[in-house]
Amino acid sequence: MSGLRILVPIKRVIDYAVKPRVNRAQTAVETANVKHSMNPFDELSIEEAVRLRERKVPVSEIVAFSAGPPKSQDILRTAMAMGADRGIHVVVEDKDPQLEPLGVAKLLKKVVDEQKSNLVILGKQSIDDDAAQTGQMLAGLLNWPQATQASKVQVEGETVTVTKEVDGGVETVRAKLPMIITTDLRLNEPRYASLPNIMKAKKKPLEKKTLKDYELDAAPRLKTIKVTEPPPRKGGVKVEDVDGMISKLKELGAL
Amino acid sequence: MEISGFTQEQLDVREAVSKICSKYPDEYWMEHDNSGEYPHDLHKDLAKDGWIGIALPEDLGGAGLGISEATMMLHTIAESGAGIAGAQSIHANVYATQPVAKFATPEQRRHMLPDLISGKTRTCFAVTEPNTGLETLKLRTFAKRDGDSYLISGQKIWISSAQVATKMVLLARTTALEDVKKPSEGLSLFFIDIDKAAPGIELKRIKKMGGRAIDANEVFFDNFRIPADTLIGKESQGFKIVLYGMNAERCLLAGEALGIGYAALKRATDYARERNIFGRPIGQNQGIQHPLASAYMHLEAAKLATYHAAKLYDNSGIDSSITQHAVGIACNSAKYLAAEAAFTACERAVLTHGGMGYAQEYHVERYLREVFVPRIAPVSREMIMNYIGEKALGLPRSY
Repeated sequence: MSGLRILVPIKRVIDYAVKPRVNRAQTAVETANVKHSMNPFDELSIEEAVRLRERKVPVSEIVAFSAGPPKSQDILRTAMAMGADRGIHVVVEDKDPQLEPLGVAKLLKKVVDEQKSNLVILGKQSIDDDAAQTGQMLAGLLNWPQATQASKVQVEGETVTVTKEVDGGVETVRAKLPMIITTDLRLNEPRYASLPNIMKAKKKPLEKKTLKDYELDAAPRLKTIKVTEPPPRKGGVKVEDVDGMISKLKELGAL
Repeated sequence: MEISGFTQEQLDVREAVSKICSKYPDEYWMEHDNSGEYPHDLHKDLAKDGWIGIALPEDLGGAGLGISEATMMLHTIAESGAGIAGAQSIHANVYATQPVAKFATPEQRRHMLPDLISGKTRTCFAVTEPNTGLETLKLRTFAKRDGDSYLISGQKIWISSAQVATKMVLLARTTALEDVKKPSEGLSLFFIDIDKAAPGIELKRIKKMGGRAIDANEVFFDNFRIPADTLIGKESQGFKIVLYGMNAERCLLAGEALGIGYAALKRATDYARERNIFGRPIGQNQGIQHPLASAYMHLEAAKLATYHAAKLYDNSGIDSSITQHAVGIACNSAKYLAAEAAFTACERAVLTHGGMGYAQEYHVERYLREVFVPRIAPVSREMIMNYIGEKALGLPRSY
């Protein structure tokens, strides 16, 4: 085997620290003039791919991929500054129909075929839609094994062992390459891009493509009817002391 | 702050540096200001990721970017709550090394700069003397040739970070003032090691108003021996050489002022939005709102002046239509405007907080104490007025 060919799909989302607001027409979350960054779970994916290489696992290539507006190239540059070798950007303008998880999974399948990837590391979900479906759908379309919510990844030859966090404990699974891994929060702590690497990333190849290049029918299947903000939180009650709190909890039926 | 209009490089710098600084919140700086303990961790983190060398050549391990990006870096550090203290913990390493990188021999550069970029060593910058503050050409500290060495005697003051630095960029006289033929000659620039245990050097820490985590010192030299090969450029040309770093320093200071100004304004507006009195947030009152709106506009204007000056500085090397005259006027104006805008923002932030503004835990009093640094240093407001009156307006020299 010549080494892992890792594909890391990443998404540009509203920064996790920003409080999202629904637009006036209640059709979507307001994205204009809002700070965007790489989906935090995708940072974990890039970091893990880079760490595999640093752990001397044979990695022949790490490709970062994103489908999204022209600004998505910023997060691809970030990914390359963190250590990805090159980037592929499928430009989907904001005015174009937006991709749904199945559309993304179909697109990724074509990218996997084209790039001859044998390991795809995805965030387990993106923090904007929280769909948490793409990795699983891609595994289905490719008919590859999948290990979701990884908290540890070990590669030995063709064998990949993944520890995943599940309700009530951890589960360890093993599969042969090629495979799909989705990442969870405790997998690693993503690095900050260093200045020399930011500079180097500017020179790494970034390929621009369109959905047409992949001859993909990714028309949305869902229609968003309405987006609303959660009801404002009601104020709490103050109690005098611990006894007061316990009797209040009993009164509310919580104890 | 409005960020549209910055270059992608500047935005990348802002993003990456603010991530590092997010590990050091306002509380960290408040504690260090109280204890006087040096913020070594921030310097270490920034050095590890290559930020010290932002404006130094790539062949030495730097990033080869310009003062436009370095200004954004210091602006971002100050704006994170680190204030002038945080910025000062690294800024001499950024600007005082500019003349070294430009005028040192290839061998000197290789010997002097890579360790500094990697964070292994740190430098301080020693120009000012007790009796010759702004009158740089009258400096008295003397470097006397003695075989393969120079012997340094004299006194420097306001030397920041000298307690933690092991290197020093030193401007000293090599020709006695009476023997100088051209007024701009007679001074020489050295990049030296300072071993504080060695004979002939003594440091005395100065107690000061703000930025107390960063030591400022009086440095006394008494026949302190330095090797002759620490001379940068030609003997007697030190003033011209050091000027190369001074306009850069003005830009960086302007950026630091902007950072602390925007930080203060953010705290003021957050507080004005949340503080309710007489049944409404105080920020709904025009008496509170208008001074903050005005502070914002002044910061924005100063921001344009600052990044304009940095751009002129960077482009003057490649575009012969940009004169040093224009660069000097732009950099001095930017430093003045940014410091005054930032001072106004800090003062109004304290006043917006009312009594709480006087309490350390709201941080704006610390900003207000620190914002005097860019107002006073590296050149006073009055000297900038003198300079602009003479150089930009063509009025008779007033000093």
